[in-house]
Amino acid sequence: MRDSSWHSIDGAARNLTPSLLTLLLVLFGQLPFALPGQMAVTPYFVLMAVYYWGLHRSDLLPAGVVFLIGLLQDALEGEPFGVNAFVLVAVYWFVASQQRLFRGKHFVVVWWGFAIAALLAALARWILVSILLGMAIAPWGLALEFLVTVALYPVLTVAFTLAHKTLPRSDLGEFLD
Amino acid sequence: MRASMPFRYGAQRSTFTLLLLLSTAIMLIGKADPTLYERTRMAVTDLTVPVLGFISQPVVAASRLMDDIRNAATVYQDNVALREENERLHRWRAVAQGLESENARLRQMLNFAPEAPATYISGRVIGDSGGAFLRSVLLNIGAREGVRKGAAAVDDRGLIGRIAEVGEWSSRVLLVTDLNSRIPVFVGENRQRAIMAGDNTDMPYLAHLPAEISIVAGDLVITSGHGGAFPAGLPVGIVVRGEGELRVQPFLSAGRLEFVRLMDFGLTGVIQDQTLGVAESRTGR
Repeated sequence: MRDSSWHSIDGAARNLTPSLLTLLLVLFGQLPFALPGQMAVTPYFVLMAVYYWGLHRSDLLPAGVVFLIGLLQDALEGEPFGVNAFVLVAVYWFVASQQRLFRGKHFVVVWWGFAIAALLAALARWILVSILLGMAIAPWGLALEFLVTVALYPVLTVAFTLAHKTLPRSDLGEFLD
Repeated sequence: MRASMPFRYGAQRSTFTLLLLLSTAIMLIGKADPTLYERTRMAVTDLTVPVLGFISQPVVAASRLMDDIRNAATVYQDNVALREENERLHRWRAVAQGLESENARLRQMLNFAPEAPATYISGRVIGDSGGAFLRSVLLNIGAREGVRKGAAAVDDRGLIGRIAEVGEWSSRVLLVTDLNSRIPVFVGENRQRAIMAGDNTDMPYLAHLPAEISIVAGDLVITSGHGGAFPAGLPVGIVVRGEGELRVQPFLSAGRLEFVRLMDFGLTGVIQDQTLGVAESRTGR
């Protein structure tokens, strides 16, 4: 009896992992780590998490959580409210609907998919922020951020995969695969 | 399971559509009432301050360590350079002391009203998103410590920005390089008036220059105090010549901010809404 209740608590905690990891990456993206003498470019960490979990375990990262995390990102980055929420939910939808296309494919294909998602996300953010601020914003910072984000995706994937292995198996396996 | 698939997919689709509509609504409301969002944003930021303050410490420690390692390698050259600089500064100090006493005497003769003394509050940088759209940093001090909107933020070298948003325990500094930053400045020995405008690059440009300008690369840029946004005379940067326009290399060292001092001169000028106060035609430069 005690064993099984402990087991279910443990399972529930593990099921929260994708959401918590994504949340943590939002905060991580705010840290002041910049290389000396260089313009600070922080990768769009949270997009990596949304893409990975959308692809592999969309059952454990509810769309509502992605939305709230997007709002948090907006608040911390100082971007107009709703932009990141919109972009992350849209990417999540895109990825979750393309699971069949990417699952089981070679990592390069998945990475390629991420690059496309990141490009679309960057474009969408640029357009939305430009409209909301009422001026065309110089796209160089965003372009740099896009490149760094795509380049770092494999590194974060390693971390996600390690976390992924600790998760209970999906009861939707048949649906997803 | 298979039978429930279309249902599940349909439900998912409506959830996504709903969330996208909600985000759009939030963007539109934010456009209509920016102050509501500013308050919300700082309230959310306040909540994350303890966490950010905690997790930023190892990052700061790591970058300090990297600095130490790099400094150890150049300790000899640094020492030589510092000795030279020290000697030069000693000479400058003598000059400055002479000027200061002369200045004091002249002011006395003119019955010059001294400027109100500034108050300082120091804070630590806990967030630097390096955002693609905004150049700002988060500080771990807020309204509780007496931070006021519009306060000038300086580090040991000069002006770095101004307080744009204030929460209870945190505040956001809009850096001089930000797109929305417009600072009235004096350039060079002739004290030419200009507006230093950020455009999200590392070097802001000089706008609203008079027709005949005698500005050369290397001229010092200081705040002019016009518009009441900033106290006058704070060093901002050095003029460099860009492609067909004059730019400023700010003293602000990107990404190297750790501690920031806020000066509050009790000025409230145009800073309450800077974008309206110093209207700047981006197309006209």
